[in-house]
Amino acid sequence: MDYQFRFNALERYRDELLEGVLLTLQLSLFTMAIGLVIGLVAATMKLSKNKPLRSVAIAYIEVFRNTPLLVQLFILFFGLPTLGLRMSANEAAVIGLSMNVGAYIAEIMRSGLQSVRHSQIEAAMSLGMKPYQILRYVTLFQAFKAAYPALTSQFVLLVLMTSVVSAIGGTELFHAAAFVESRTFRSFEVYLVVTLAYFVLALFFRASFAALYRIIFARRTSR
Amino acid sequence: MNIIREFGTAEFLFILVAARWTILLTLASLAIGSVIGLLIAVMRIVPLRPINWLALAYINLLQGTPVLGQLFLFFFGFSIIGIEVGAWAACVAAFSLYTGAFLGEIWRGSLQSVPRTQWEASAAMALNYGQRLRYVIIPQAVRLSVAPTIGFIVQLLKNTSLASIVGFVELMRAAQLMNGATFSPIPIYLTVAAIYFIICFSLSQVSQHYERTLHVPR
Repeated sequence: MDYQFRFNALERYRDELLEGVLLTLQLSLFTMAIGLVIGLVAATMKLSKNKPLRSVAIAYIEVFRNTPLLVQLFILFFGLPTLGLRMSANEAAVIGLSMNVGAYIAEIMRSGLQSVRHSQIEAAMSLGMKPYQILRYVTLFQAFKAAYPALTSQFVLLVLMTSVVSAIGGTELFHAAAFVESRTFRSFEVYLVVTLAYFVLALFFRASFAALYRIIFARRTSR
Repeated sequence: MNIIREFGTAEFLFILVAARWTILLTLASLAIGSVIGLLIAVMRIVPLRPINWLALAYINLLQGTPVLGQLFLFFFGFSIIGIEVGAWAACVAAFSLYTGAFLGEIWRGSLQSVPRTQWEASAAMALNYGQRLRYVIIPQAVRLSVAPTIGFIVQLLKNTSLASIVGFVELMRAAQLMNGATFSPIPIYLTVAAIYFIICFSLSQVSQHYERTLHVPR
């Protein structure tokens, strides 16, 4: 093995890579927020008694969970323009990622909502709580508590998954990596640094979410 | 003269036949990944701390980095150590390690959900550690692991579409090539989505079936 590793070739492009990290964070947080709304709506629809609503939710969840994100992005970004619907790579990335993560969140929230026992709702009713208070303080709170571990690991998966949008030219960390690679030709070094950057992000988020769980839920429900 | 081809039966068949590479890549990664996964799962539960940590580090590293990054590192990494391999070998290597981490964690969960009393009972029958695993614990854990394992295969099969980015011609790359020739992205990518959907949806249904029938709490 006579390959010379040259990590200092990347030094000049530190700003580009750091900006890539910020863009990745931005994209992840933004799509997670939209995904949570989509997921909560889809989960409610799937649990409703209305059959058409339920079918629409099931179709959405199954289609998005059983096809690759890459295909979904290609349909949005390369397919829709031929039908006259044009969008930028970043717009397609946001729409594709949030629709994709929304389908996963829907299943997580559905099982969270289903884990709230009916006796809890009856108890809240007998305390004279109004329906929106029951939803806000009893059902949703407990559903989020049950769903929290799965939701947060879904977010970490989402951060890693955002790398795929570089394939349609969305600007994030992998896009920045491709740019630096094209300037320096140090392919292995660039991708090693970038991959480890994702690793640091994943570890950071996992630790933060575990700490956050103790702050939000543990104290209020331990007794 | 028309240089752009129509998207017809021949083009459809080209894409359909390319699905065999998606399936082969999934199966090859699954075969090698299961061996790694079993090793990792056992390393996670043996009563020897350093070994546990080693397995945990492997799982965290592979589950905490993007698959695309792993693919690129293998793609460029092989040539660095002086081995010239094609995209196929790089993809199989990357997806096998990835599979090993996920199956390792799934199977560790299954191994640990076998009640402690089973370990104690088999120890009382004078079976050594290997025999306890082989004859008592693993057979019971397999039953619990069927549903999540099939669920992971769906994830793996979808992720093999990323191999198209490093240039391996599987289902997704075949679609891109066909799109270059016919420029009809909507029918092409919907066809590809449908093929992925049929395979993954069927597997998901099988997984859910086993979840209902095999994963009964005792």
